[in-house]
Amino acid sequence: MSSSTQATAGNDQIPEGPSADTAAVPLEIIGRSPRQLAWLRFKRDRTGVICAGIVGAFILIAIFAPLICALYGKNPYTLYGQNDNLLNSYGMPIKPNGGIDSNHWFGIEPGLGRDIFALLMYGIRTSLGISLCVTILSVALGVLVGLIQGYVGRKTDYFLGRLTDLMMSFPQQLFFIAFTPVVIALFVKPTEQEPTYIRFFALVLVQFFLGWMSVSRLVRSQVLSLREREFVEAAQLTGASTWRIVSKELLPNIGSTILVQTTLLLPVNVTTEAGLSYLGVGMQDPTPDWGLMFQKAAEYYQSDITYMFFPGIAMLIFVVAFNLLGDSVRDALDPKTIR
Amino acid sequence: MSEQLSLAKPALPSQRKGGPLLEVEGLTKHFPLRDGFLFKRQVGAVQAVDGVDFTIHEGEALGLVGESGCGKSTTGRLVTRLLEPTAGQILYQGHNITHTDRKHLAPIRSQIQMIFQDPYASLNPRQTVGTIITGPMEINHIQPPGGHEKRVRELLETVGLNPEHYNRFPHEFSGGQRQRIGIARALGMQPKLIIADEPVSALDVSIQAQVVNLLQKLQHELGIAFLFIAHDLAIVRHFSHRVAVMYLGKIMEIGNRTDIYETPRHPYTHALLSAAPEANPDDEQERIRLAGDVPSPINPPTGCRFRTRCWKAQQKCTTEEPPLLQIAGNNTGHLTACHYPQDPTTAARDEDVVLDPALAALEQNAQESAEESAEESAEGSAEEQ
Repeated sequence: MSSSTQATAGNDQIPEGPSADTAAVPLEIIGRSPRQLAWLRFKRDRTGVICAGIVGAFILIAIFAPLICALYGKNPYTLYGQNDNLLNSYGMPIKPNGGIDSNHWFGIEPGLGRDIFALLMYGIRTSLGISLCVTILSVALGVLVGLIQGYVGRKTDYFLGRLTDLMMSFPQQLFFIAFTPVVIALFVKPTEQEPTYIRFFALVLVQFFLGWMSVSRLVRSQVLSLREREFVEAAQLTGASTWRIVSKELLPNIGSTILVQTTLLLPVNVTTEAGLSYLGVGMQDPTPDWGLMFQKAAEYYQSDITYMFFPGIAMLIFVVAFNLLGDSVRDALDPKTIR
Repeated sequence: MSEQLSLAKPALPSQRKGGPLLEVEGLTKHFPLRDGFLFKRQVGAVQAVDGVDFTIHEGEALGLVGESGCGKSTTGRLVTRLLEPTAGQILYQGHNITHTDRKHLAPIRSQIQMIFQDPYASLNPRQTVGTIITGPMEINHIQPPGGHEKRVRELLETVGLNPEHYNRFPHEFSGGQRQRIGIARALGMQPKLIIADEPVSALDVSIQAQVVNLLQKLQHELGIAFLFIAHDLAIVRHFSHRVAVMYLGKIMEIGNRTDIYETPRHPYTHALLSAAPEANPDDEQERIRLAGDVPSPINPPTGCRFRTRCWKAQQKCTTEEPPLLQIAGNNTGHLTACHYPQDPTTAARDEDVVLDPALAALEQNAQESAEESAEESAEGSAEEQ
């Protein structure tokens, strides 16, 4: 190789001679990856940062609910209202505003008399846990199906596409209501006491079953357009395997889309899960659950609106913050999108 | 057909530097057209490339010119095996690679590389320049002395980029710089043949010359053979040793640079050359203006493909396809597929060939009015006398 002669020839063409000058200022030229640029943009977006903080707080609550409740000194199962005579003969908290006091920060539940703060912490934990499992599974399957559809194409694309259509045509709420008991009956005999984890598992399964299609559609369309780009052809030209092309060339380019979809899918799944519990096919008492709190609160809202207040506001903040976060993430990753 | 095949590999003139590197025989690509509900059946085919023969020798640059949609790029993609040929043969150093699968193709993969047309689409936006150039080396187990990073810096210098740009991302570069990165990626594989698919048509004119000169320098210094696909005749003339003219999926004329540019025989080559603007306005060139569009490659004309737009077409052209061979008066290796070839000159002739009716009418009017005014002035001067 006559690399030295080439190098000098190259130097002649470029006036700012590379080797001599740049040796003096090393590490000056560091490229910023698209992801780093996105992070810089995201940090400038105040709404996004605040929402990220709120979402982070919710996730921390979900993870550390037992710790928080231990510090708080209550648990979500003890019937404080009945034990400490905080309820009147109608089962309503005696103290005003749903029984809020220094012991019970968010008041106590009418009827059973459980502590609402502890219930909410554990309820967020249950609901977020289920939704997170559903989201992760849905995104994983969606990406897989979308990648196969987009990259393999032809008949595979056609048949997987029709399967997606079929899944999308199911009425979701009705399906969940009808099939959650069916799935549970598959695992537990009607005569037996069902363990909580079975219900958890069944809820994840049912929601996941109808949750992956939107992601797969999106990933497919992205892969279809990326596949035609010349850098994929360049990779094929070097003899790269299909796996390498998918993992090194395609996946990094759809990563941002997947991230945005995940942040938008999670709040949807949380509300769906809460809705199922509200309708009575989700988690069952005495397991604390966000949706179950709404169900209970709906029974008492005429006489004790405070109970509805706390899970309601918490859910509102959560969903709004998560959606705004999703928007901010998308703006940061793809600044050219016009909203 | 036998004549055509026997003449497809002619004895090549002086520019030839080594043995044949790539031999293409009867290369054909038909893209099927399917129609029907649920059960698709083939209703036709786009005959993008239809029986193309050419040879590229070691260290030789073959230019491939033609109108848009004539199958130039498809030919390039067939040779690199990005597309699967419908028929024909591709021989690389004597090995038949027409239908070799990825695993068996691996040993020669690195030797045939490609430079793409669109520098904005040919680099992965999520990878640094370093990754883009080292990736192909890793796949092909090329271990340069001194490590990958050193090699990448060398390559970046070779293509005229700052080696410190190693860690940068494609979006930080201009179109010309990106094309240089693409060239560095191809060079990293130490190729023997580079398919350059319109490598400069997406660049600014001021940058085009730089990139073409870089490619030419590499070609001279490293002895890489090129298949240079372009529609810019001047660039092809500057770059190539030999030139092939394609029309509607077939090679119309192939020969040395001087043969094609100075003594073309095929009417299409004449038309193509006369369409290119000449820098010197005093240089009298023949003037040919074709009418209409290129016919659809789904249903190409019978016989000679150019006959629908040719001013010399006769009955024989519709029935008999002209074979690509060395016609009388041509130099060795100058092959023309035409029954009624033109004179081997591009100098101006007595009469222009203007097939475009609109342009012809326009010029007719201009001429008449010029004559009228000349007559009037003549009459005026007569009356005065």
